[in-house]
Amino acid sequence: MSHLGPGKAVSSKEQTGLRYPSNGKTIYHRPLNRTKTAELSQSSFAYLFSEMVTYAQRRVTGIQELEKRLNLQGHPIGLKLLDLLLTREPPRSQTRPLTIIALLHFIKINLWTHLFGRQADRLEKSSNPDTPDEYMIIDNEPLVNAYISVPREMSQLNCAAFVAGMIEGVCDGAMFPARVTAHSVGGKEEGEMWPGKTVFLVKFQPEVLEREALIGKG
Amino acid sequence: MSYYFAIIGTQDNPLFEYEFGTSKQGGDGQARFPDDAHHLNQFVLHSSLDIVEEVQWTNGQLYLKVIDKFFTNYISCFMTAGNVKFLLLHQPTATAAAAAAATAGVSGVTPVANPSRNSTAVGANPTSPQTEEAIKNFFGEVYENYVKAIMSPFYKVNMGIRSPVFRQRVAAAGRKYL
Repeated sequence: MSHLGPGKAVSSKEQTGLRYPSNGKTIYHRPLNRTKTAELSQSSFAYLFSEMVTYAQRRVTGIQELEKRLNLQGHPIGLKLLDLLLTREPPRSQTRPLTIIALLHFIKINLWTHLFGRQADRLEKSSNPDTPDEYMIIDNEPLVNAYISVPREMSQLNCAAFVAGMIEGVCDGAMFPARVTAHSVGGKEEGEMWPGKTVFLVKFQPEVLEREALIGKG
Repeated sequence: MSYYFAIIGTQDNPLFEYEFGTSKQGGDGQARFPDDAHHLNQFVLHSSLDIVEEVQWTNGQLYLKVIDKFFTNYISCFMTAGNVKFLLLHQPTATAAAAAAATAGVSGVTPVANPSRNSTAVGANPTSPQTEEAIKNFFGEVYENYVKAIMSPFYKVNMGIRSPVFRQRVAAAGRKYL
């Protein structure tokens, strides 16, 4: 990076060209907070999302690859929302999540409320002693799947992989590297009431658990 | 009083840097680093990253205050949620530093009135509550603009920030608080 001298501020008024908007308003002139009622239309979202799925589907051969693509589309959104949602917190509770539980609570409450207008339904830790690195975020009725009917031959597919990508982005950004996947569990014995029930399986990297143990001791 | 501010990405890569001087007490906002200090500042700033990594897991606050000191250079740190670091190197002028050291030395013995008006000034004593508060406000304003910068759909994590508007905003925050 080149050394830039002191006070070398460039006045945007003297510049012309595509880099400078004609009305002088840039992204820096817009407020970060938005009013609580500022909601978007679900139908326009559903339309755009169906296009995103089609776009991803046209370029893949298998379901896994399709989910991977949806995941990648969500990842940068998660990275950015992490910082945005933290700045919208009141100054007192503006803290970086340091533990897995704090991070998952942030996702369950802040991220979900921002995206879907409600909290996620449940948060669970894997009861299997072999996989202490697995956590589950459960949504009974994912909003992204509201208008998506998956054909029988693709029953493995869950388009909430897009949301899984966002969760992964939040985890990665906060230095809790993880793999997040979306799984449909509706239709099974306990999922009768919620046919669209989706489990987001968060699998943290071993170093996260290692650090967690160290912090717990300190 | 001179400042060197840098934003360091998650891979310890610099994203933005800016040098400025104090605008308080009739300062003209120009940095007064010696000629050979410009590259030294970069070294000093980056060497404090090790300490940032230690502190960041013991303290969940965004603002980590003064975390490192190298002779008369003090490093304050602000950590964003996305693990991008804002580092500010501040160097009190020699006389102010001496005054600060003097008051610090005798503070335990006799609470004498500050000999010079300067030592209560922002920046004269790098660990005083006033200075910490001023730097906190500065970081807070930069953070707001940083979040706006990353909201751009064309911005990917760890990209350098080259917007002249962002630079202006950082300069304005520096003038306002430091």
